[in-house]
Amino acid sequence: MSAVLDHHAGHDDHAHDHPHGWRRWMFATNHKDIGTLYLWFSFVMLISGGLLALTIRLELFQPGLQYVQPELFNQLTTMHGLIMVFGAIMPAFVGFANWQIPLMIGASDMAFARMNNFSFWLMPPAALLLVGSFFVPGGATAAGWTLYAPLSVQMGVGMDMAIFAVHILGASSIMGSINIITTILNMRAPGMTLMKMPLFVWTWLITAYLLIAVMPVLAGAITMVLTDRHFGTAFFNAAGGGDPVMYQHIFWFFGHPEVYIMILPAFGIISEIIPTFSRKRLFGYSSMVYATASIAILSFIVWAHHMFTTGMPVTGQLFFMYATMLIAVPTGVKIFNWVATMWRGSMTFETPMLFAVGFIWVFTIGGLTGIILSVAPLDIQLHDTYYVVAHFHYVLVAGSLFALFAGVYYWIPKWTGNMYDETLGKWHFWASLITFNVTFFPMHFLGLAGMPRRYADYPMQFADFNMVASIGALGFGLSQLIFLACVLKCIKGGKKATAQVWDNAQGLEWTLPSPAPYHSFETPPTVK
Amino acid sequence: MASRVWAATAAALPCGAAWAVGDMPGGPAVNQLNLGPGVTRIAADQWWMHNFLLIVSVVIFVAVFAVMFYSLWAHRKSRGAKPADFHESTAVEIAWTIVPFLIIVGLAIPATRMVVEQKDTSQADLTIKATGYQWKWGYEYLKGEGAGISFLSTLSTPREQIENKAPKSETYLMEVDNALVVPVGQKIRMVVTANDVIHAWMMPAFGVKQDAIPGFVRDTWFRAEKEGTYRGNCAELCGKDHAFMPIVVEVKSQDDYRAWADAKKKEMLAKADDPAKEWTVADLNDRGAKVYASNCVACHQATGKGVAGAFPALEGSKLVLGKQEDQIAILLNGKQGTAMASFKQLSDVELAAVATYTRNAWGNKAEDNVVQPKDFTAARK
Repeated sequence: MSAVLDHHAGHDDHAHDHPHGWRRWMFATNHKDIGTLYLWFSFVMLISGGLLALTIRLELFQPGLQYVQPELFNQLTTMHGLIMVFGAIMPAFVGFANWQIPLMIGASDMAFARMNNFSFWLMPPAALLLVGSFFVPGGATAAGWTLYAPLSVQMGVGMDMAIFAVHILGASSIMGSINIITTILNMRAPGMTLMKMPLFVWTWLITAYLLIAVMPVLAGAITMVLTDRHFGTAFFNAAGGGDPVMYQHIFWFFGHPEVYIMILPAFGIISEIIPTFSRKRLFGYSSMVYATASIAILSFIVWAHHMFTTGMPVTGQLFFMYATMLIAVPTGVKIFNWVATMWRGSMTFETPMLFAVGFIWVFTIGGLTGIILSVAPLDIQLHDTYYVVAHFHYVLVAGSLFALFAGVYYWIPKWTGNMYDETLGKWHFWASLITFNVTFFPMHFLGLAGMPRRYADYPMQFADFNMVASIGALGFGLSQLIFLACVLKCIKGGKKATAQVWDNAQGLEWTLPSPAPYHSFETPPTVK
Repeated sequence: MASRVWAATAAALPCGAAWAVGDMPGGPAVNQLNLGPGVTRIAADQWWMHNFLLIVSVVIFVAVFAVMFYSLWAHRKSRGAKPADFHESTAVEIAWTIVPFLIIVGLAIPATRMVVEQKDTSQADLTIKATGYQWKWGYEYLKGEGAGISFLSTLSTPREQIENKAPKSETYLMEVDNALVVPVGQKIRMVVTANDVIHAWMMPAFGVKQDAIPGFVRDTWFRAEKEGTYRGNCAELCGKDHAFMPIVVEVKSQDDYRAWADAKKKEMLAKADDPAKEWTVADLNDRGAKVYASNCVACHQATGKGVAGAFPALEGSKLVLGKQEDQIAILLNGKQGTAMASFKQLSDVELAAVATYTRNAWGNKAEDNVVQPKDFTAARK
């Protein structure tokens, strides 16, 4: 995950005065240092959000209230969601973008070095606001990560802190996206046309456009909540001519593209890894690009499938149902492409490949439950139950997070110059895969049986599956310590990695020595 | 594999035995795995639709992963597999775009029919309004037999069970003091709204879930085909006691329903207060304690101390001890931007009683400690 770059005398030959010690990080302008900061930040957030999740599962281990009162319980579920979405998953992908995009397009660094620094350093204050809000009077916001009005209008000062934090994170995301788009469009090596770009770069280009399109929408929604709270407006208060459901429309106009912001770069990582370990080129490169673009475009016209129970008119329900079902087509194209890439390859199963195959397996389960949920008349039963919780954890944890792990194992030799410990990596994979399923598979049953989500306590009939899920969650949490150990060990030392690292890895990053030099490509390579 | 892992884990646990409860009548079964078939046609359709989709999904899943796992086994380097060099095939790519598209069209057709049916709330025999409050439900019979009946429905599970001081019952957290009662075989239109934040009226056995949106009314419907008691929950996060405002519906035969409606109306008449009566402090205090216990205690607590940082204390509160007009105003209108909702749905007698109670309870000694119902009547105008 991190790389302490050794600056050998060899390439310190020209006058580069880059800071050392804490200044190296505080004033970092190098894409690798900033990428490292992003990745460590997101790991810290992953652990924080994970601890909140474990507290939730502790309370839900048995029926009855044992450790956490409902007020705090709602704060925990809310902050778990906010921290994981905005603190862990999104910054981790930005970390990958920072590290990998210049390496993969043959650039020396990102386009805007100082803006890059700023977009990272906006994040720790936002994280402090989020975590700190637990300690103010009334505690953190307890309105759910979606911050639905008018519940969010009722909250204490913790809500204002969350609004401020999300504003800051949004600004950071927008700056990061501008940087990524500019880098990709202007700094590609000669000969690298758009349709020759690695898929990871493609998926991030599209993701960056999604971010720029929807983050301001979220900022608008929460600003309206803020003015409803303090400045006497009534955007979401019917008594003043507003409409609480309008909040949901605005939020999900952001929220659904956000789902793809968190999964498209994951598709990109998987599309790099599967060909490498199958020793065979990706089956359909251009159809993968078109599928990614289709998913991004469709993501703007499906938002109200999160709102089937608000009481939309028949035509509204039908439109959003059809549009949502359509997303299955380009997503299916991706799955088929990966399988066709493996077909008649010559596969080996190092940890990145294990995570990639695991990703396809569990992500497909999440995709299929997604189709079931897209059917509006059925969603009426399943909406806001544990079925939905199971569904989005299958696509976000087993999807995005597993892809992130796959990416770390895949590229960490390039980042650190050392091979990671394959045994530890394999342990991490199997422990994560098994405990993940123990945690989240039973939640499908709970949801079908009618257990609503965000419940601090539940009827006795749900007790066994909740207990199983809690045990699984503890195991899943502990499994991530293996990951930490593996990464730390890799940073400290280990077998030296070659430039190529893997047998058949394609792409410019593998033409550089491991670890990659401080300024990735000082003279741009030529792509044929 | 996921399910195999799960099965192995489940076998290792003392399933069911640890709690020794049976299935909940009208609610979830112990370790229920699927949707229930329900007691309305809509719920039955949903049950069928889910099973159908599940089978389609499993078939697709098995087909795709049979190919993948065969490949994982057969095309390994350790078995000496040599990589092929094929890529891109327009025919294959068109096929795997068109086939899923056709499957989806096949699913959309029955789904469309169901959406249209679910949204058809016309020609109801009975119209009932459900109002979500933090944290209970209110029901008002608007049209049809029993029109005029109204009551509140709150969780009846004792606090000791929730706090693990008493054994939990089979209907733990899904039982209420006053259940909604409807006749069997009749089309019931539910008009759903809320008083404070968004709630959702969810009844799995009827295949119904409708968000309750403050300031707006939305409707849904059901026609229960079997007598019995059915249980559901609030499904939209609504604050602290979101998990503690269940829904119970009793479906009775036409005759039993008529008898219930008559009895309920008589009971309401007997309970109705004489508006001209001048109340004594003691009477108001006694009544106020009851009103407080069912409306205020969730936030302001039985001790009147509230919850620090979240819900203000009434003990020693300036507002409670101060001018009557201010307290009357906040009870009638709520306080914007806080959890304090309007309580104008309560009667003047109930509001006067609870105001009087707070002015005299927990060592509070307000100067003008008696609020009369007529003060609220006047303030409402």
